[in-house]
Amino acid sequence: MPSTIIQDINQHNFHEVLKPTPFHPRVDHDCLTKNWMDWNGYLTARTYDTLAAEYFAIRSSCSVMDLTPMGKYRINGPDANKFLNRLVTRDVSMLRPQRVSYVVMCNDEGKVLDDATIFHLNEGDYRLCCQHHQLDWLMISSLGMDVSIKEETHDIAALAVQGPTSASALKLAGIDEIGQLKPYDILHTQLHGFEVMVSRTGYTGDLGYELWTSPDNALSMWDAIFEVKQKGFYDIRTIGLSALEMVRIEAGFILPGDDFNTAETAIRADRVRSPYEVGLGWVVNLDKPNFTGKRALLDEKKKPIKRRLLRLEVSGNKAPQDSFLYAGKGGKRIGTIMTQIWSPILKANLAMADVEFAGGSQPSEIWAEIYYQKELEWRVSWAKGKVWNKPFWSHPRRSASPPDSY
Amino acid sequence: MSSYDTIIIGAGHNGMVCACYLARRGQKVLLLEAANEIGGLAAKREFFPEFQVSVAHSISHFSAKVAKELNLESHGFINPSCSLPTVGLNRNGEHVVLAHDEGGAASLSGVSEKDLASFKNYQTLMYRYAAMLKPFWGTVLPRIGVSGISKAMTYAKLGLKLRLLGKSDMREFMRIAMLPARDLMDEYFDNDLLKALLSWDALIGSKMAPRSPNGPVVSLLYRMGGDFEGAHYLPENGIESLIYSLRSVAEASGVETRTNFPVEKILIQRNESGLKVEGVTMPDGEIITATRVVSSADPHRTFIDLVGVENLEIQFANRIRRLRSEGYVAKLHLALHGEPKFNGLAGPEGRMIIAPTMDTIEFAYDDAKYGEFSRQPVMEVIVPTRYQSELAPPGKHVISAHVMYVPKMLKSKWSVDAREEIKNKTIDLLAQYSPGLKNLIAHAEFLTPEDIESNFRVTGGNWHHADHVIDQMFMMRPTYEAAQYSTPVPGLFLCGAGCHPGGDLMGAAGHNAAHEILKS
Repeated sequence: MPSTIIQDINQHNFHEVLKPTPFHPRVDHDCLTKNWMDWNGYLTARTYDTLAAEYFAIRSSCSVMDLTPMGKYRINGPDANKFLNRLVTRDVSMLRPQRVSYVVMCNDEGKVLDDATIFHLNEGDYRLCCQHHQLDWLMISSLGMDVSIKEETHDIAALAVQGPTSASALKLAGIDEIGQLKPYDILHTQLHGFEVMVSRTGYTGDLGYELWTSPDNALSMWDAIFEVKQKGFYDIRTIGLSALEMVRIEAGFILPGDDFNTAETAIRADRVRSPYEVGLGWVVNLDKPNFTGKRALLDEKKKPIKRRLLRLEVSGNKAPQDSFLYAGKGGKRIGTIMTQIWSPILKANLAMADVEFAGGSQPSEIWAEIYYQKELEWRVSWAKGKVWNKPFWSHPRRSASPPDSY
Repeated sequence: MSSYDTIIIGAGHNGMVCACYLARRGQKVLLLEAANEIGGLAAKREFFPEFQVSVAHSISHFSAKVAKELNLESHGFINPSCSLPTVGLNRNGEHVVLAHDEGGAASLSGVSEKDLASFKNYQTLMYRYAAMLKPFWGTVLPRIGVSGISKAMTYAKLGLKLRLLGKSDMREFMRIAMLPARDLMDEYFDNDLLKALLSWDALIGSKMAPRSPNGPVVSLLYRMGGDFEGAHYLPENGIESLIYSLRSVAEASGVETRTNFPVEKILIQRNESGLKVEGVTMPDGEIITATRVVSSADPHRTFIDLVGVENLEIQFANRIRRLRSEGYVAKLHLALHGEPKFNGLAGPEGRMIIAPTMDTIEFAYDDAKYGEFSRQPVMEVIVPTRYQSELAPPGKHVISAHVMYVPKMLKSKWSVDAREEIKNKTIDLLAQYSPGLKNLIAHAEFLTPEDIESNFRVTGGNWHHADHVIDQMFMMRPTYEAAQYSTPVPGLFLCGAGCHPGGDLMGAAGHNAAHEILKS
């Protein structure tokens, strides 16, 4: 059975170090800091003007972020469902058309390669979105299956529109049916005469949507949204990856590659992580007859867990950046802070922490050793950590349906 | 619907050996063969009216343990008193002949005194190494990383055997085990014909030539573990006597055999408790159930075609796909009106190798590995009717030749014309050593690797199912997680040449698989 892999390499222009996205004229205009970074080879704004303003746009009004660099793969063909069910740990056989599912992909050893979202666009036609490039793994996975995989990262322009007023703003922009969308729903609709797909998905933990269209319509889609701002109805702000990092940690979402090494990039045997170890046990369905990594995960489940990625609130006002973690002040070293932010809304240091579980249980105390500077002089202090089993921050409007109108 | 303890897919010699062992231990065994005849590549077939031959035309190391335990001798598989001489053919009749007398003593003719002396040293050392490795071919090599005393002991024994060689021999073993055949031969010998002849058994059947690294010497030592220390032989009643004796033991042990029975799929139950083999399905939809299924088909056919990738994890399936199992050996069968005469030989005796130099082998390989016909093929020729006159009508003869290197993946694609071209080229070459041969030919059959693949259902037309190369041997054969005869699919086992220890007519894979199954 043939599998078809479509990747148009001619799209790469070797004169560009980083590729501008289809929104680049607008992004470049709005980006006052010119604080660019590389996301999957695209020129991406880290910040636009001030981080605090961008952050509060997500939490208090409406934010827009260019999502185009997200790895996007179109998957269809007779074996598409079989292919996906073997690829991810969750059971996607029941994923209905026009619905989205959050999934995780493991290798045979049950170690996480990446997390992803699967969009069931139409019957038998799927889009897989992930943080990192995964075409290699998808190709290997497709051998022996009658499935077509098309790299469409460059063919789909996408914006995340997130925040309390996002539904209201999008409605004013011309998406009348926005109120009907429940979390993880997909809507195919028209905006100013061109086709857009809207999904009620996001990475902020708040009410929010993602809009997908062809690159030709990218600027029109952008303008349709910002017209709402120009008319003075709602404030809408562009946000960069730094603000996103703050809200995703508040919302308790993990970031493969930052919070832990993905299995494909890890060189040292102890740097790989299973879904259980990164808190994704809830997306592992061991009742599924088989999937890649199942045998290893079944074995792992029988043994005490060795470590966990924890949501850790660290007391005090000093950023526990790259801090080592200890079982007590000056005690045994048990882990590391992987990523951390200062949360303006919670007024707290929040972190993702990789922590050893001796004997399978969570340490009773976790202390961070924090190095900080005072006028270029390094000092050290200790701060106690508090483990959050739930997201640090959540709001009922994330899942309210229909969404509240603000 | 009837139920069996074990269904074995494929009635080649390994499938039959495994069936015999399991049935003798009381299992209800069903042996399924897709072809009309049992025997796989060792099956005797009529390739021209009244002319018969089998693809496998000699034996170098059939397991003496299996022959003894299954009592094959009393069922008609009888070792000859003497092995076949190996003849390095020379166009002018100045051959190099390596022979063994009835006592097993080797004699070498056609080489200098210096080579003769080197050969003694070479042989002594190689036999020591072959003897050291011999016990491990018939042993299940444990999975790496699995603990347990008996498992650790297997590797401890291997280490001990190695250590018992003594410091200098052990060091030497470590040095030469991975050497390309060319380097080993150049170290010992001057005579080109001798070098080519001795490296032949390190290479045949795999995608390897004299300059290839990746463990050809290990492959040679594997073959040297036989009853005649690696010299090829023909059992008294021909190759088919191996198959018939196994059939006879299988029948006596209660194995039910069905030929013309191609398995469509291995039936796998999928539910919340995982996967479990339930039996097999036939093309007409018939289902035969069993507690376990043991496949002697090659790993690719077993996993990719019969199990299906949806039942396998991604990396495992990919490793099976990446197995090097592309065949490079074709088979020439000639039906002759009379006995062929070879320059300088009294009769067409023994295993005649046409490979004047190691460079000839190397160049033949170079062409083939890029998908071309070899400018000058190399081959191994036997006249089986010399030993078994009933394979042809009285006074008539058969030539059987393994021809290297003939690529499975021919760049210009296989066609009737392409087959004719290489067939004629091969016959032309053979006729240079046997003038008058062409006038004797009543019929010529040429089986390309592609023909072998389709006629015998062997992926790539590779007799070994997967090349004998160091990364596909021992506890890595065919790949980890399937190298101990059990597989990632509960209830599915392997017992074919694609498992440790490997291909050729040996029977150890079938024996080891049965041992492992009976233990579980």
